[in-house]
Amino acid sequence: MSKVKKKVKTIKIDLDKCNGCRACEVICSAFHANPKYSSNNPARSRIRMIREPIRDIYVPVYAGEYTAAECMGRDKYVIDGKEYSECGFCRASCPSRDAFKEPDSGLPLKCDMCEGEEEPLCVKWCLNDALICEEREEEVEEEEKLGDMEIGLESLANKYGLQNIADTVARMSKKE
Amino acid sequence: MRYGETGFNLEIDLSRGNIERVETDPRLTELHLGGLGTNAKILWDRVPPETEPFSPDNLLIFSTGLLCGTPAPGANRTIVTSYSPQTLLMGYSMMGGFFAPELKYAGYDKIILRGKSPDLVYIWINNDKVEIRDANHLRGKGAIQTSELIKQELNQPNAQVAAIGLAGENRVFTASIEQGRSSSSRLGMGAVMGDKGVKAIVVRGTKDVNLARPDEYIGLCNDVLKYIKFRGENPVPNVMTILQGLGSPQEMLHVDEQWHTENFSWGNARSRRKDFWTKEVEERWKDVQETVRTRLISCYNCPIKCGAIISVPGISTYMMKCFTKLTYTMAAFVDDLDFGFRIAQRATEYGVDGFSTPQIMAFAFELREAGILTEADFEGCPSDNEGKFFWLLDRIVRREGIGDILADGVYWAARKIGKGAEAFDHNTIKKHEQLPLKLGMLNPVYFLMYATGEKINITQIEGQFPQAPFATMEERQEFISDWIQCPDDKFKQIVLDWDFRGEHSNPYYPTVDMSVDIVDWQEKMHYIDDALGVCAGLSSFPLKPPYHMHNYPKFITAATGIDIDEDGLTEVYNRNRNLLRAINVRRGLRRADEKPPEDHWKKRFPELEEKLLDAYYKFKGWDNDGIPTKESLHKLGMDYVAEDLEQRGIIKNEQG
Repeated sequence: MSKVKKKVKTIKIDLDKCNGCRACEVICSAFHANPKYSSNNPARSRIRMIREPIRDIYVPVYAGEYTAAECMGRDKYVIDGKEYSECGFCRASCPSRDAFKEPDSGLPLKCDMCEGEEEPLCVKWCLNDALICEEREEEVEEEEKLGDMEIGLESLANKYGLQNIADTVARMSKKE
Repeated sequence: MRYGETGFNLEIDLSRGNIERVETDPRLTELHLGGLGTNAKILWDRVPPETEPFSPDNLLIFSTGLLCGTPAPGANRTIVTSYSPQTLLMGYSMMGGFFAPELKYAGYDKIILRGKSPDLVYIWINNDKVEIRDANHLRGKGAIQTSELIKQELNQPNAQVAAIGLAGENRVFTASIEQGRSSSSRLGMGAVMGDKGVKAIVVRGTKDVNLARPDEYIGLCNDVLKYIKFRGENPVPNVMTILQGLGSPQEMLHVDEQWHTENFSWGNARSRRKDFWTKEVEERWKDVQETVRTRLISCYNCPIKCGAIISVPGISTYMMKCFTKLTYTMAAFVDDLDFGFRIAQRATEYGVDGFSTPQIMAFAFELREAGILTEADFEGCPSDNEGKFFWLLDRIVRREGIGDILADGVYWAARKIGKGAEAFDHNTIKKHEQLPLKLGMLNPVYFLMYATGEKINITQIEGQFPQAPFATMEERQEFISDWIQCPDDKFKQIVLDWDFRGEHSNPYYPTVDMSVDIVDWQEKMHYIDDALGVCAGLSSFPLKPPYHMHNYPKFITAATGIDIDEDGLTEVYNRNRNLLRAINVRRGLRRADEKPPEDHWKKRFPELEEKLLDAYYKFKGWDNDGIPTKESLHKLGMDYVAEDLEQRGIIKNEQG
């Protein structure tokens, strides 16, 4: 695969500025609704607020890659005297927790930086500047982009094996 | 499919343990919008006026507003409605936070509680799964503590909990319902919740809230955010600091309290301390506030940071907003703000209204000084100002000794104590404690809002119109130059003509008719907010807010598909205003009750005040006793209300 120069967007998260309002979840779920903006449901959001006001924990985390396996550790981190569980920071959609999964299907969700928009909408809606979009140029391997269906299928394949899925599809096609 | 709303209420009969998911009539949304409007309709239809607040037949309704759960910034208010034990009228007290949107995502617009649970319970709503669970292990626990314990017990860190503390369990009339960083405080909704045997309601939802015209709607939301940002960068000039921005007064942000401490009265709304704010006080208070304030925080989907996490060393963390930091301090004549933050922590866990409760305590100590309450009533009470307030707060919440009488609020306590105690009840309206004001000249607009407001909370009636005239013509012109929220140019002219002194000054200017117009506009915005569930801090409460009469109809139409314009929205407001009035009229409210506290203003104008009330009633389509007329009810399509009032002899037959 050839290397190409690509602009990579990242979101810088400044925990100190977060006011815990969850506007990032709101606009993310609305943007990704089908048709666009037709519904709102933070449970479908690709960014999550880990929010424990009484312990002053406010951590927006946006969804990364799907992972088929649970991780080994369940480490705890103490930062500025506050205790965070490892899952709090983890961006993966994994088998051991509900975060970053479609509430109906359980299929994984992944942040796509609001493809087609100037900047991710969670950044736009965060008037407190806890989320800041940064762009940098990187040399990356050219990679074919996966569509929504492929992302879903990939996770199904990881879970059940490609052959099982092919068999199921064949069986379903017969019924129709 | 229903848009904006879910179309379902959750009905729970606590006596029988019955739970039902009930589809609602979309026509009612068109008539009343939701939130306050449909709550009032339910109360009118289903709870007869003879019903006592602590009767199993009384309903306790937790409602979302119509726009809650949609992307509209600041649409997060829960409207709690019941008959109030304190005023005996309809109570509707609201809380921000995170509860209402979560309830929508769980699939419900309202939770309607009826009956009484024989034992203390909490309600766990997880989408379609609803359980009534034992709460005996939570008895006596603090409201925040309860919330944390339940989330742990259910292993649901994302659930939202509305809970009462000990005050609610003991039916203290000023008991609040605490939730997230907010509370439903006024009118004793926490007492009704305690009476029903419900310690908490817990909700978690993962369903969709749908919009009728998505692109239009998100465009409107983006405009609102843009305007919020603009206002953040462009505070309103020539008005006092707390009026310059958006949101609730930014008490957690601002540390300069000269205005509040020197203009509001201390103790039982008695005396002003005009030279209180010194350099030393300023430094000390700034230091205290910045030390205990961990973070400025917001409600659901709102960028404005009106609240704060407060961590006072040695006591558990809580969240605070607005004026509570001062109410206890000033009522107790304590000069250190540290006391305010410490006692508010205990009061929040107990779950009491931070506006009323300190007033009740100050009233009690005034009665002791006057010899009306005796030393025996205060046996064991410390002598220092801080200690005695902590002591009495405990007594009231536990309903022990004199605390049992005081737990019913100033009005009822004064009548129970007798021996002249009634004379010390000088700061209540409709039996409810008010802001401890003592101003010079009567302000006709504020007179009307205090007298006729049925929310019993001035800060949630006022907002759209400046509180005082601007000093120069330049300032006036500057103010009206970008007043896009103003619904009619006649209001701009009033601002231009209004002076500090002379012919065009208080109390005779704004004139009687102008005052009525202004009050109607301010009230209208609040009634709409309370139906839509939008925080007043982004709409009816501050000057020049992002939500106003010109964009609200568009929001409603884009969210729900209901075609509505400004006139249509005004009609819904009039319907809701009249329905609420009719509910209260049916429970005995009359003109005689519509009186602001005696010494709110040093100079009073009895004749003018009567004229103001006359004109206000007339404008509203009410008779001279404040009762909606048959004709005006008919115009609003509310003949059923007129018939009921007629049958009860409240509207006389000959009246047209």
